[in-house]
Amino acid sequence: MSAETAASPGKRAGRSALTEYTQRYASQIGITVAFLLLWAVFIVLAPGTFTSDLIYKSFAQTTPYFAIVAMALTMVIVAGDIDLSFPSIMALGMVGFVWVWDATGSTALGVLSALGVGAAAGLFNGLVVTVVGLPSLVVTIGTQFLFRGLTLVLVAGKSFALVDTRGDPARELLNAKPFGIPMEFWWLLLVAAIAWVLLNRHRLGANTYIIGDNKQTAGLMGIPIARTRIILFVLTGVAAALAGMMNSLQIVNFYPNMGSGYLLPTLAAVFVGGTSVFGGRGSIYGTFIGAFMIGGIAAGIIAVGLTDFWTNLIYGAIILISISIHAILQRRFQR
Amino acid sequence: MSTARAANGDAPAGEGSGPRQRGTRCLELRGVHKSFGGVRVLEDVDFHLDRGEGVGLLGDNGAGKSTLIKIITGYHQPDRGSLLFDGREVHDLTVQKARELGVETVYQERALAEQQPLWRNIFIGRDITNRAGILDVAQMRRITERLMTEEMGFTSAVLTPDTTVTGLSGGERQGLAIVRALHFEAEIIILDEPTMGLSLKETEKLLHFVEGIRGKEKSAIFIDHNIFHVYSVADRIVILDRGRVAGDFPTSRYKLDELMDIMREVASTGTYSPDRRGNGAAAAESAEGLASA
Repeated sequence: MSAETAASPGKRAGRSALTEYTQRYASQIGITVAFLLLWAVFIVLAPGTFTSDLIYKSFAQTTPYFAIVAMALTMVIVAGDIDLSFPSIMALGMVGFVWVWDATGSTALGVLSALGVGAAAGLFNGLVVTVVGLPSLVVTIGTQFLFRGLTLVLVAGKSFALVDTRGDPARELLNAKPFGIPMEFWWLLLVAAIAWVLLNRHRLGANTYIIGDNKQTAGLMGIPIARTRIILFVLTGVAAALAGMMNSLQIVNFYPNMGSGYLLPTLAAVFVGGTSVFGGRGSIYGTFIGAFMIGGIAAGIIAVGLTDFWTNLIYGAIILISISIHAILQRRFQR
Repeated sequence: MSTARAANGDAPAGEGSGPRQRGTRCLELRGVHKSFGGVRVLEDVDFHLDRGEGVGLLGDNGAGKSTLIKIITGYHQPDRGSLLFDGREVHDLTVQKARELGVETVYQERALAEQQPLWRNIFIGRDITNRAGILDVAQMRRITERLMTEEMGFTSAVLTPDTTVTGLSGGERQGLAIVRALHFEAEIIILDEPTMGLSLKETEKLLHFVEGIRGKEKSAIFIDHNIFHVYSVADRIVILDRGRVAGDFPTSRYKLDELMDIMREVASTGTYSPDRRGNGAAAAESAEGLASA
């Protein structure tokens, strides 16, 4: 606040613009280095697989199924909340798709219906969290069961063949492969770009950071806390419905347990990417890289000649190493 | 803060309307009650603030000072009673509305987001955006940089608009909170225990700064439990005790030691009765002072 306090702190003197930059992007730099190292290991150990474009085309299709949700989830977690119900929303959205598609014969209307159901499910999460005033962790554990149960009851446990959607332009929009690259990946790029703008260059994101950093400050400074949190849950619901639809249309089948395997990889992608579980800090770029690390490990393990038994062990190790790197960088650069 | 300049080119124009002359009543609270879970925190509180006036709000811990402030800033809503800004009653005041009416607060808790860069802290809740809500980050960084050098006196090159609050000292944080309050053309500036945790020298600077506010036809409410900090810069001292206004004393008519006696009496009896002081002239004056209580 004064000239002498500003001039005195010698401990801060000598920090250059480069250090400032490193400090700002420490987490992103860390995750990028970890990603490149992992990639290098796979290329060295399995050059046949990792120098061919086939494996990358496969990643480009399978990783978005959880990476798209991870983008919205990153914002929820930056706001200091969490959503564990998205795997169930992936399936519940498909109920909306199947019903409307069955009734109207229109795939496009089915797509809109699924997105609407996803938004409604997210709105429900957001309202319970903010209006009843419960921690989102607890609420979304509850709605994870609720939405899955609703899905099972509504379709009576049956699965649906979606073969008839083949050739429909609405389906092509989600599953085609323009230029040999799956639409899933193009959608991921679009969703990531939108998420980045919202979080870093939009009022919504500005409020998200403050809410996650310090709710009291947010309240005292007049930030619409409840509205912001609800919007983030809605976005996650929509993202989950989109991912669930792509997944189902890709395998031309919808079964009511679809999505349940995506809970942990999605969370892992967000945390490996450097987003803080305590809120207030996180990056879309980190989640993007984190998602491809998580997405690449399973295939990489097989390709380098290890059995599938190793998968979880290596997942665990990489997750722990990544979050430790983030914690150490954080402590080093933020005093 | 080397200077206490409130008006500057980038700040939004002052909101609200009406003549803003010295002496007109800019804020009034009538019969305000507030309870939390059955505990009465404020009871039938009347309070007013004139333009260009500095009021010291004193009282022990738990007297209701912070709650009174949070009602004025729209953070809490009173259970009963009314709030008037520039003579007009305002219903359902929110923080956003209060800020639009020109109320700015420097909170005891500082109300900062520690892990966020300085520029985000300056613009919490009112980022500069286009109509689609897209932030003008470059502009906000630029303004923050200017405020840092011109208003906060941060000359060190290692502090940039992107430095996080975790990198600031206590005094620097206080400076940030005050400059933020000033940047947005506040009409009423509320300082909630602003001297807490500050060094002697920093406190002195702060008091200077409060004098500066009054010189600019802005009004200030200065909350403290230390009368020494408040007396020299306040036109009036309002003493709160256990949720009630125990007295309202113009500093032009009460000496510091008189006020200290009064405060002591209030602390032990909950009220202040002028007769007991045995000084006829002073008693008459204090009765006048109590008239608004």
